[in-house]
Amino acid sequence: MSHFGVLAEFQSPAQLYRACERVRDAGYTKWDAHTPFPVHGLDGAMGMRRSRLPWIVLVLALGGAATGFLLQTWVHNMAYPLTISGKPHFAWPAYVPITFELGVLGGALGAVFGMFGLNQLPRHHHPLFDAKRFARFSDDTFFISIEAADPKFDANATSRLLAAVGASHVELVEDTP
Amino acid sequence: MSRDVAAEALRADQVTIPAGHAFSRIPMISGVIGTIGLVASLVLRSGDAKQFAFSWLIAFLFFLSLALGALFFVLIHFATQAGWGIVVRRLAENTMGTLPLFALLFVPVTLGMRDLFPWIHGIAEGHDHVLTGKAPYLNTTFFAGRAVAYFALWSAIAMLFVLRSRAQDASRSQAISLGLRRLSGPAIIVLALTQTFAAVDWIMSLNPYWYSTIFGVYWFAGSFVSFFAFLTLVVLLLRRAGMMANVVGTEHFHDLGKLLFAFTVFWAYIGFSQFFLIWYGNIPEETIFFRMRLVGTWKAASLLLAAGHFVIPFFFFMPRTIKRHPRFLALGAAWLLLMHGVDLYWLVMPAMHPSGVALRLLDGTTFLAVGGFFVAAVSWLTLGSPLVPLGDPRLPESLSFENF
Repeated sequence: MSHFGVLAEFQSPAQLYRACERVRDAGYTKWDAHTPFPVHGLDGAMGMRRSRLPWIVLVLALGGAATGFLLQTWVHNMAYPLTISGKPHFAWPAYVPITFELGVLGGALGAVFGMFGLNQLPRHHHPLFDAKRFARFSDDTFFISIEAADPKFDANATSRLLAAVGASHVELVEDTP
Repeated sequence: MSRDVAAEALRADQVTIPAGHAFSRIPMISGVIGTIGLVASLVLRSGDAKQFAFSWLIAFLFFLSLALGALFFVLIHFATQAGWGIVVRRLAENTMGTLPLFALLFVPVTLGMRDLFPWIHGIAEGHDHVLTGKAPYLNTTFFAGRAVAYFALWSAIAMLFVLRSRAQDASRSQAISLGLRRLSGPAIIVLALTQTFAAVDWIMSLNPYWYSTIFGVYWFAGSFVSFFAFLTLVVLLLRRAGMMANVVGTEHFHDLGKLLFAFTVFWAYIGFSQFFLIWYGNIPEETIFFRMRLVGTWKAASLLLAAGHFVIPFFFFMPRTIKRHPRFLALGAAWLLLMHGVDLYWLVMPAMHPSGVALRLLDGTTFLAVGGFFVAAVSWLTLGSPLVPLGDPRLPESLSFENF
């Protein structure tokens, strides 16, 4: 039987915060903290790096803008040239609104779907949902989960570490598809 | 020590420039620079009164835009009950506190009216159909009356907010915050109207045949960007001198950087909208404005403005790292102030030098004169009170502010 990882339960945000710092310092990389509300500064305690999302947004926004501009250039100069209010065919100021809008559209779609992609969403199920106690992460309890896929993971050693940093309950979670 | 503890322990002497500090000489020094600039300008005026009037108008508008931007910043702060910027609000109050001084600095503009505004002659001669039609608005009596009203309203609103905010330092009364908040909404409407009409009077009527309905917003956008640039530089200067060290931090720089970025984009949006509709409509009395700015070296100035006031700062201010790095932020802010100067020169000077950009010594001396007096007033106000509004109930929120 394979395991998804270890789930540890904490009773207060302060305990969780200190535990996160210890897990971070122990060198784990594939793990997460689950809290009922945002805990100030937890991203720092977890040693999280900056998201790659801004780069996705930038590339898609510039790509959208370029598409908008090139599309209009192609339509008005090659595909179907028309003279409109005596303006030249390559009337670039008239292209700006669509260029701008497609840039915004690209950036917005990049932000939403980039976020989904980086979070591996949507998904139907997650192994943690099989742990009965885990339901309380959205109510009054704080959790740390460390995945078995982490190169430093060892079922016994990792459980001992989590107990040592103040977990009130530690359990192994099975890997279910 | 956590920042919340710091907020409670913040005492007036920790955020006041100590007597005898090198900064306490700034009002004197800049006052002298202003006087030298004024004397030099007056000497040069005897040779070229028209150039004096135009150069003075640009310098006057440049520093006025900083003060008006500050006024809007403070008003919007109260109206929205913003928390993050309380730590920099006092510096904005000091900037807008100079508004009464601008009534005095406007005197040279009134003296040079005949050189500046061609509608005065057109209406007097009486054979120009367009100008005769505009005479009910564009006449010297109404023009002067409006100017008096602008300065009276701006000074009254600014001084009220400055004095009440300072009274709160000692009294810590929350009623002051509530009262100013109630006043801020109507004051924003008054400011929007007066600022628009002032832009029409002092810049648009340099060419009385031309009109653009978005012009007031364009002038507001430029003034707000340049105020943020000025505020950023003042904050960074004070930090460098070791003041406000545990008051203003990276998180506040980040917000100032975001606002610089946002209003650079807003300025470009308004500027392009103005150009776009005039280009599209293609009516001669509207297009003349851009026709004049697309000949000779004025075309280079127009391109510099598009690149320097939008494209370059747009990409420069985009990364988070830049906004959180004092030195890069200062560089970007100084650049935007320079570009705001180019913008005003580009708006005003083609009326006098249609053939091309013509920098004159008077442009420099008038800038020193107005700038010297402006900096003297701002620094004098800054020395006279704590650097942050100590009595504001949202000060702790601002001190512990963090970006997510």
